[in-house]
Amino acid sequence: MSIEDTIKDQIKNNPILIYMKGNPNQPQCGFSARATQMLMTCGQKFAYVDILSNPEIRANLPKVSEWPTFPQLFVDGELVGGCDIMTEMFEAGELKQLLDDSAAKRSAQA
Amino acid sequence: MTVADSIAHKVQQALNPTVLALENESHMHSGPRTDSHFKLVVVAEHFQGMSKVKRHQALYKLLDTELNGPVHALALHLYTPEEWKHSSVPDSPLCSSKN
Repeated sequence: MSIEDTIKDQIKNNPILIYMKGNPNQPQCGFSARATQMLMTCGQKFAYVDILSNPEIRANLPKVSEWPTFPQLFVDGELVGGCDIMTEMFEAGELKQLLDDSAAKRSAQA
Repeated sequence: MTVADSIAHKVQQALNPTVLALENESHMHSGPRTDSHFKLVVVAEHFQGMSKVKRHQALYKLLDTELNGPVHALALHLYTPEEWKHSSVPDSPLCSSKN
């Protein structure tokens, strides 16, 4: 499978997915740290990919997503944005709403 | 032309903003003061009808050269004039090495 297909698969198969530097317990960048703190505060389960230990993903994701920086949050297959957009949405209560809606859709299907 | 001048010039030309604020935040990060970390606030009619992601993608495209060169982090806060009336700009986080 090409690296681009791997990335598309990850995005498709993980309804709440963040590409970040480090992991949620040991983020390696202030922007990734804030992004995961917000996700944890919102309280829904999420998946993460550490791009520092996956250099191929780090090099190729920006082409797939048309987004050059990290972190990048995907919900239900769509790019939500990076730390700045997440912060604006979080402060407006929109991030929690989006994540709760996504989780509700899945429990309705189950 | 400095990196900051070049960013400000491009945004001015492309978006004709009503507010353009560019801050060098490189001091919030580890290492010597550089032209590596910036925060950019833009208020422009141009953003009307565009999602947040589309707005950011437009800026990333515009500043492609800078982002592939000296700029390591670019915090973007992009508003229409109407949204700007009700907005406050969030602070950027410190780099992990400065936490």
